[in-house]
Amino acid sequence: MTTAADEKTSTLIIGVGNGWRGDDAVGLVVARRIQEKRLPHVRAIEQDGNPSALIHALQEAHAVFVIDALQAGASPGRIVRLDASREPIARDFGPSRGHSFGVAQAIETARALNQLPERLIVYGIEGKNFALGAPVSFEIEQAAEAVLDRLLQEI
Amino acid sequence: MKSRTIKVDNLARVEGEGALRIRIEKDKVADVKFVIFEPPRFFEALLRGRHYSEGPDITARICGICPIAYMMSAAHALEDALGIQVGGPLRALRRLIYCGEWIESHALHIYLLHAPDFLGYEDAIQMAKDHPAAVQRGLELKKIGNEIVTLLGGREIHPINPCVGGFYKTPSKKELRPLAERLKWGREAALETVRFAAQLPFPDFERDYEFVALRHPGEYPFNEGRLVSNKGLDIAVSEFDDHFAEEHAAHSTSLRAEHKGHGAYHVGPLARYNLNFDRLSALAQEAARAAAPAPQCRNPFQSIIVRSVETVWACDEALRIIEQYEPPDQPAVEIQPRAGTGHGCTEAPRGILYHRYTLDERGLIANAKIVPPTSQNQKIIEEDLRHFLPDRLHLPIDKLTWQCEQAIRNYDPCISCSCHFLRLHIDRE
Repeated sequence: MTTAADEKTSTLIIGVGNGWRGDDAVGLVVARRIQEKRLPHVRAIEQDGNPSALIHALQEAHAVFVIDALQAGASPGRIVRLDASREPIARDFGPSRGHSFGVAQAIETARALNQLPERLIVYGIEGKNFALGAPVSFEIEQAAEAVLDRLLQEI
Repeated sequence: MKSRTIKVDNLARVEGEGALRIRIEKDKVADVKFVIFEPPRFFEALLRGRHYSEGPDITARICGICPIAYMMSAAHALEDALGIQVGGPLRALRRLIYCGEWIESHALHIYLLHAPDFLGYEDAIQMAKDHPAAVQRGLELKKIGNEIVTLLGGREIHPINPCVGGFYKTPSKKELRPLAERLKWGREAALETVRFAAQLPFPDFERDYEFVALRHPGEYPFNEGRLVSNKGLDIAVSEFDDHFAEEHAAHSTSLRAEHKGHGAYHVGPLARYNLNFDRLSALAQEAARAAAPAPQCRNPFQSIIVRSVETVWACDEALRIIEQYEPPDQPAVEIQPRAGTGHGCTEAPRGILYHRYTLDERGLIANAKIVPPTSQNQKIIEEDLRHFLPDRLHLPIDKLTWQCEQAIRNYDPCISCSCHFLRLHIDRE
């Protein structure tokens, strides 16, 4: 049985997204790929973008990796990697989900509360199609695989 | 200065998307429109032809903040149509999961959405830098509410366990026990929240509202009771359509309700408090008397104190339910489909939520009607601004805009429920 102390020393991957909104689900796709690999001391969870849940999850490991979709008008599949342990996340990071309090706000609130993990890396993947009920686009699936490879190298 | 134009594109810290337009002519408020432009979602139409058992799950999808309210109003209305009643431990568990939703919704609004207004912060991030203990308290309280919903509902957002007739699965006493420890901390944190809210600076603003809320013979209202007001209304929930009408206004994709022959009315924490103060637990009453006008409070800005008092009560009530809980023999009441019409009204965190369903003999939904609290408060929000603005037109534009947004957030509007983002335009001519 894993104890809280063990969990705190583990690496946590948080895939953020909406599974019913096309490429918004790409963070979830990456989290599921990690889950399938059953890596020792690595836990992967899926979140829907609920900021308070994300703030609490950030406290569960020393090293946390957050993966979210981007909707910044860049070329689909573009990967952005940010070291949130060293620099703040821009407010408009992540796709518009209808609520003004998102991943960036959750991370910055945790920073203000001095509750960031020792290491916090955020990956963003530019999406292409955010239509309701749409599947994840082919090129975004490929970008998810590329992020997975990079994660496996650095966790 | 007789003509100025104020335009603010993004009003944050509300649930959903909408806008506010205020036109000022010759230093007088000429027009106030609370604009909801989120596309209508036609939930009533897509319920047609669905089996009664799908009602709570489909309507829960209307809102990610208050899905329990939708599940509860749907379940009660459908049970009314089916001629069944849910009592004993199942009824108590319904109240317990509703306590969870109130705690998480109120904690979110008090600390992350509304308190920054009073303390002069742009958002909760800025507030967290100067008031880390308060924000941390709010987050932890919210987590406790979510834990209750997760345990009884299967997951914290859009739960899947409540159903018509009760639950798919009910918890053991042992499963509920850890919640009690968390709630004891939560109750103390809620009392601290009342003290926190009480020392905030409040604008001097009161109105003679018609408050409408449920009233139950012995309980602070959640799921049952008569619909009453401070202006003489006292009706059964089944009479809702006789006394309340919805209208469509060109500037809103959400229907707007009014009390027939009386006009705008006020639903939510302030209405519940004014009509049911005597039903609060002794602890919640004591906290209220020390912090706010009691037993009556007519300043909508002080709704932040009332939400805090309701959070104390919800923790108290949840603890009482857990202490007295004996698991039921069956997780749900058995149901035989039949034709009929049923009505249900429960107290969502933001106010009364009315559902009405007509079923055919197979138990399929022939007709559905849903009236969310934010639809009911739309007119009151506009009226508040009409009364609030005239004494403040001399204020600098940024301060005036700030106070208008704060006045809207008094109602914790859930625009997604009625239809996402709020944009504010004040035009002066």
